[in-house]
This record gives sequence, C-alpha cells and structure tokens, in this order.
Amino acid sequence: MKNKFLGSSITTLSALSALIIVLAVVVVMGEIMLGGWSTLTWEFLTGAPKEGMTSGGIFPAIFGTFLLVIIMSIIGVPVGTITAIYLSEYASQKSFLARMIRFAVNTLAGVPAIVFGLFGLGFFIQFVGSGIDKTFYGTQLKWGQPNILWASVTMALLTLPVVIVSVEEAIKTVPRELREASLALGATKLQTIWKVVLPNSITGILTGGILAVSRGAGEVAPILFTGAAYFLPHLPTELSDQFMELGYHIYIMSTQSPDVEATRGIQYATTLVLLLLTFGLNFSAIFLRYKLRSRAIR
Amino acid sequence: MENKNTKIITKQLNLFYGSKQALKNISLGIFEHKVTALIGPSGCGKSTFLRSLNRMNDLIENTRTEGTVEIDNVNIYQNGIDVVELRKKVGMIFQKSNPFPKSIYENVAYGPRINGVKDKDILEETVERSLKQSALWDEVKDDLKKSGLALSGGQQQRLCIARALAVNPEILLMDEPASALDPIATAKIEELIYELKENYTIVIVTHNMQQAARVSDYTAFFYIGELIEYDLTKTIFTMPKKKQTEDYITGRFG
Amino acid sequence: MKNQLGRNRKNLLHKKFRWSEFLAEKLITLTAFISFVFIVLIFIFVFREAAPIFSSEEKKVSLIQAGEVQETYGDVEENNSPITSNQTSALETSGSEGDASLSNLTGTEWQPVSEVPKYGLLPLILGSLKVTLIAIFLAAPIAILAALFTAMFAPRWAKELLKPAIEILAGFPSVVIGFFALIVLATFVQNLFGFEYRLNAFVGGLAMSLAVIPIVFTISEDALTAVPKHLSEASLALGATKWQTALFVVLPAATPGIFAAILLGIGRAFGETMIVLMATGNAAIFSTQIVEPVRTMSATIGAEMAEVVFGETHYNVLFLIGALLFLFTFTLNAIAEIFIRQRLMKKFSGN
Ligand SMILES: Nc1ncnc2c1ncn2[C@@H]1O[C@H](COP(=O)(O)OP(=O)(O)OP(=O)(O)O)[C@@H](O)[C@H]1O
Ligand SMILES: [Mg+2]
Repeated sequence: MKNKFLGSSITTLSALSALIIVLAVVVVMGEIMLGGWSTLTWEFLTGAPKEGMTSGGIFPAIFGTFLLVIIMSIIGVPVGTITAIYLSEYASQKSFLARMIRFAVNTLAGVPAIVFGLFGLGFFIQFVGSGIDKTFYGTQLKWGQPNILWASVTMALLTLPVVIVSVEEAIKTVPRELREASLALGATKLQTIWKVVLPNSITGILTGGILAVSRGAGEVAPILFTGAAYFLPHLPTELSDQFMELGYHIYIMSTQSPDVEATRGIQYATTLVLLLLTFGLNFSAIFLRYKLRSRAIR
Repeated sequence: MENKNTKIITKQLNLFYGSKQALKNISLGIFEHKVTALIGPSGCGKSTFLRSLNRMNDLIENTRTEGTVEIDNVNIYQNGIDVVELRKKVGMIFQKSNPFPKSIYENVAYGPRINGVKDKDILEETVERSLKQSALWDEVKDDLKKSGLALSGGQQQRLCIARALAVNPEILLMDEPASALDPIATAKIEELIYELKENYTIVIVTHNMQQAARVSDYTAFFYIGELIEYDLTKTIFTMPKKKQTEDYITGRFG
Repeated sequence: MKNQLGRNRKNLLHKKFRWSEFLAEKLITLTAFISFVFIVLIFIFVFREAAPIFSSEEKKVSLIQAGEVQETYGDVEENNSPITSNQTSALETSGSEGDASLSNLTGTEWQPVSEVPKYGLLPLILGSLKVTLIAIFLAAPIAILAALFTAMFAPRWAKELLKPAIEILAGFPSVVIGFFALIVLATFVQNLFGFEYRLNAFVGGLAMSLAVIPIVFTISEDALTAVPKHLSEASLALGATKWQTALFVVLPAATPGIFAAILLGIGRAFGETMIVLMATGNAAIFSTQIVEPVRTMSATIGAEMAEVVFGETHYNVLFLIGALLFLFTFTLNAIAEIFIRQRLMKKFSGN
C-alpha cells in the first residue's frame, strides 16, 4: 500500500514538474505578449525615443542590436568555423594541441557573461584601445573607451563556443565516403574541405551563426560597460561609436528611467521585440538542426 | 604466363591497424591492361590490400605499412612521394557508390576542376568522354544538371566510374563495385570493366566467384591477411594448387 | 592511346610543395589557437586588473596605521591623461589609500562610495550564495523530475510539448527573465506571502531558477536516457513497475550525470548577472534572511563598473570579484566535467 502511494506520487510529481515548466514558459510569454502588444506599433519600431525617453520608439536600440550581432558574426562565425574545421579535420584526437583547444572552448563556454564584460573592458578597451590611442592619437581618446567594436568583439568571444559546437556537429554528419571519394580523385585536403566538407556543412554553419546571434542579441552583461549607451541622439556611424541596444534598453528603462511607471508600455514592448527576435532566431536554428539531423540519419 | 608488363609489384607488404596485422608478407605483381580479381572470405584483407595501392590507408589513424609497393618501378611508400599525384594516377571505385550531392556534370567535372581546368569547353569534353567511357552518356546526356543522387544505384556507380576516369588514371581500383546492384546493373558494370581494361589496369575485389571468373584475367586468393594463391583466373578456377583455394571457390567455406 | 587519353603524368617522386596547403594548415591551426589564447588572456587580464590590491597591500596597511587616509572618490582628470609611470604610482598611492587591505576585503560592509570606502566582500559572496542556493533548490527538483518524466513516463505528445518548452525557456534572454521578475513576479510573490520588501533574494532565486531549469533538465535527461537499456529491462522483467525501475534502477545509475547537471546549474546561477541585477533589490546587507534584498557579486560588477574610475581601488576590487566569479565557475565546470566523463567511461566499459 505504502509502495503504491509512493509510486503514484512519483509519477504525479514528475508530470507536475513538467507541467510547471510548460506553464512557466506560457506565463512569461503570455505576460510579455499581453503587456507589449498594444504599444508595439510600426512607429514604435521605426521611431526614436522622445521626450527624455518617455515616449517614442526604439529604432536606435533595434539598429544597435543588429549592428552588434552583425559585427559579432563577421568576427565570430569565421573563427568558430575554422576552429571546428581544425578540430574535426586537421587535429588528431590525441594531439596535445587539440586537447588544449578543446579544453579552452569548454572553458570559454562556462565563463560568466559579466566576466566577458570585465575582460572586454580590461583587455580590449584599456589595453588594446588605449594602446592604439597612445600610439596613433597622442592624448586623444578614441579607441580607449567603450564602443560598438569592442562590445561586438567581446560578444563574439562569448558566442564562439556556440558556433564551434554547431559547426563541428555539422561537419561530423558529412559522410566519410564523400571525403574519401574526393581524396581518391587526387584532391588535396584543403580542396576536399573547401569543395566537399564545407558545402555539406552549410546548414550547420548557418545554425551556429543563428544560435550565436540569438545568444548575442540576448546577453546584456558583456556590453554593460563595453559599449552600450543609455541614450544617443544619433545612430552609430563608426566602429568607435557607442550604441543603444534592446536588452540594455529594457534594463535601464525598467530600473533607471526617471519615471519607471510611465514607461511600462515601452518596457513591455521592447521586451516583446527582443523576445520575438530571439524566439524567431532560435526557432529557425532548431528547424535547421532538425533538417541536419534527419540527413545524418539517412 | 604471358609476356606482359607488370604495372604494380608489391614486396613483403605488411599492414597493421594498431597492433592488429591485416596484411602479411604480400608479394605479387599485377599486369598492365589486365583485370586482376582479389577474392577471399570476409575480413581477409582484400580491401586493405586494395587501399594500400593508392595509400588510402594513410587516412586511417594508427595504421603502419611495411614493405614496398612499386608502381611503374617507383616505390609509392618511399619518402618524397606525392600522394595527391599518386591518387590521380591510381583511381578508386568504392563498394557503396558515393556521388557528391551535386549535379551529374559537377560530379564528373570535379576531378578536372581540382586539377585547375577552368576552360568550359575542355570540361564539357571531358565530362562527355568520361560518361561515354562509363556507358552512362546515353542515359543522362539530356539531364546533366540533375543531381547525381537522383540516379539509380547502377547508374550512380557508373557515375562514380566516370568521375574517376575524368582524372585520367592509369590504374582503377574497384572494391566490390557491383555488390549492391541488381543483375542487370551488374552485367553493365562487368561489360564496362571488360571494355576499360584496354586502356586501364584494373584491380577488382569481389565476393562473387562467377564475376571473378567472367571479368578477370588473373585472380589472387587471400586468406586471413595472407596471399594463398595467385595465378591466371582460368587456372585458379579449374585447377587450383592449394586446397584452401579449392575449398573457397567451390563454396566449401567462407 | 595514351595521348588520346591525355595522360601527362608528373613524376610521383617529385613531391610538389603546395603553398596553399601549407599556409592553410598553419592558418587554420593558428585560428583554432585563438580560443586558447583568449582563455589565457581572460585569466591574465581579469587578474591583472585585480592585482594592484595585493601588490600595494603592505603600503596601505602602514598608511592606515599612520592615519593618513582621506581621499575623495574618483580622480577623473588623472585617468584621462596618458598614464606615465610617475602618475601610475601616484594613482596607486593617492587613489587607493588604505581601502583594500585584506581586513577591509573580508569585512561585512560594502560601501565603496562612502567617505571611507569599505570593500567588504562577505555580504556580496553571501548574497550570491543565497540566490544561487534558492535557485538550485527550486530548479533542481523540478528539472530532474521533469527529466525523469520525459525519460521514463511521458507519452509522446507530452514529450513533444516539453522539449520545445525547454528550448524556448533556454532561449529566453536573461534580461527578459529579469524584467518579468522585476515587474510581475516580485509583486505576485509579495502579494502572496506578504514580504516586506518587493525585491529580495527569494524573488531573485525564483527568477533565476527559470534560467537554471533548462541546463539541469537537459543534462539530467541526457544522463537518464544514457542508462543502458538492459538495466531497466532487467528490472522490468523481474516484475518491477515502471516507477520502481525509474526510482531504484535508472535514477541511481544516472546519479553522476545528474550531479554534474546540478553543478552546472549552480555555476550558471552564480555567474548570471542581469536577473539578479534587476530582481534582488541590490542592497548589500550581511544577513542570512532570504526575504531581504541582497546584492550579489555579479550584480555588483554590473551595477558599479560603469560608474567607477579606471585604475582606482574600487575598479580593482570589482575585477577581484570578477576573478573570484571566474575561478568559482571554472572549478564547478571542471568538477562537472569529471562527473560527465566518469559517466561516459562507465557507459563504455559497461558495453
Ligand atoms: N579501420 C580499421 N581499423 C582496424 N581494423 C580494421 C580496419 N579496417 C579493417 N580492419 C580489419 O582488418 C582486417 C581486414 O579487413 P578488410 O576490410 O581489408 O577485409 P575484406 O577482405 O575487405 O573484407 P570484406 O570482404 O568484408 O570487405 C579485418 O579483420 C578488419 O577487421
Ligand atoms: Mg572489403
């Protein structure tokens, strides 16, 4: 009898836990949707903040976010892809160098986002940026301060493991037979990678890129002090400009805006935009990965 | 034996996968413009031997090769051999047809392209010639843009042969090229082999005794990594000298 | 015949040196090495910026004893001018005073912007621990039970509902969870339990559990499904029910993996910034109460770094906190890795 009770409670509890998770997702999504829907207009998406950020739109933040993830991808996706190529095509599994790099990638994946922010500040801004300034600009401060380049590079570093893992997984699904076919025809290793391995890993590279973009668009901690700005009257035009960003906008609007209550609508709608953006990105990544996996099985 | 050039000579060839020896002291000569069949029970080292002739075993980690393989009197295992050039000279057809997921045209043009051929006319000419040689031209000539994967199994295998021919090899290594095909497709491949031997030296692995008897001039019988008997196919199939060979070809084991 | 086939063999013996191959390999290896270089750089630079605290400790202590402490906070001018070696040392002695002595760092008060700055890290460490523990205590049971559910009991449709839900949850930016906690959850919880403070460690931990659940779930589920089939089948064949098998065979066999999952969950919670920054109230109170506002290590960095003067003691201390965060999560991940490896080893030797 006691056993029977234990049994049914285990089953119930586990089902209940699953239900809680699903409900939590629904509640968060629903709340943000309901709260942000009415403010989410075309003008909101395309307009600039007005009247001390108490009204108007969030276009500069959207623009900044896109710029951030684009620069980040330009840096991160090639580096990540090449690293994945090295790990799966060039390195022998036992080689010390390969193990070291693998260890580094795993470690990188576990470093807290805020520590990336610190690193961006300490290395890119204080060391590299200031170094450039000292060498080329004398006393003028140009690169030795937060800007979109340093924020993007920092974010590229944070999302690097995401790209590497995705691409490596994709490269593994390229059948050995295709590689052998190419090599047996007298193709060199590089030709084989370029003409056979990479074209057949495009989906994975894309997935990795999308996942990285989604992650990068959602992380705020690394850009808190490497480039994000509270408010800017102009869109960034140079790599040494600061930028507004969606996640950062949510943070400051909900915690530091002079009249937090009055801007609730803006806060909700901004959150909704960010949520839809990451949701859309993740959804397409999941879809691509699904296609990739089904190919791997076939 | 007939008075023929030996194209390939292996001497005391040993091959190890890690500590496991897969080939033991294989010494044999393969004649130019002949078809040589490798037969033997599963796991006896036929594929391994075949792959050692164009150094495809190099791609597997932890392999070690001892002895020599001479092709046109050059030991392909000596230092300074250009493996990429070697593989252009020694083409390979795999058991499972493996066309690239590209068009028929691009599949065949792959080899010339990696050799730096850019001229469209030369490419087209090569593709047509190779497809004709592999007896696929008439079936696909109107549809060269179609994916190679959309072809039937037998057609795919002939596409792979065409792809190998487009590189102008001198030797063709075929690892059970017809094992996954139906009898009609198999017959086509066999016919093709018969035609190709005029210009190419062919080494073929097969599990099908009739096939070996039909297409080959010479036959080598392998057993657990050793070369048991090697002779004219006629001789092997009518009066084998070793008991093991006789047992195998009469189907008494394996 | 040969001419017709166009055979024009290069000498096999003449090994061609292929520049492109050579360069590509070197370049690819070099690029792959970037990850490693940056791990080392992160290590160096985070610690480097924290280091001045220790290097000038003795001096500071003596300064305290001499009673010469009194300095205003923030020397903006000095920072903007190019730093010469002279000024650097000036910065060290003037800007940093007796603030960051070991006794000050181990104090229970965090008041970096007061007249006499206090850099006691204990309330921050305690704050991080509180939020992390609350988060893991809430998240782990739910995530592990849900993983058990998917691995053992769930019908297909339930799995197909739960898996995407987890993916979506994992995809929520932490600032969105933080926002939700700040606006909705905090008020809801306050109304429900009548807490004195709207934002507190509990709300932070509760919100954090949303970020932790996907990690714990995913790795636990991996561990549970990796339990060899023959084990559970043997148990079922002996007449054990499904839940008995789940509880007494599968769950124990997956323990190392689940343990690793919890460790990684803790690591995530400990390092997470935006959620705690927005939902915990950010008051550095040294107390064990869970319904009081707290300030965590990560939130402290996030909130204060933007306003601090580069090179100043406060700045160095924030980097020290970052270094501690880095070390802590690094250690946790390393231990988790060992557990996951062990599980794999078992799996292989089991076959
Ligand atoms: N990559 C490898 N690693 C380790 N051992 C291998 C590898 N490939 C083959 N072997 C071993 O070497 C021996 C010879 O294998 P091989 O594939 O050459 O046999 P085969 O005669 O081609 O067999 P089949 O007729 O089944 O194709 C076998 O015992 C096999 O297990
Ligand atoms: Mg074989």
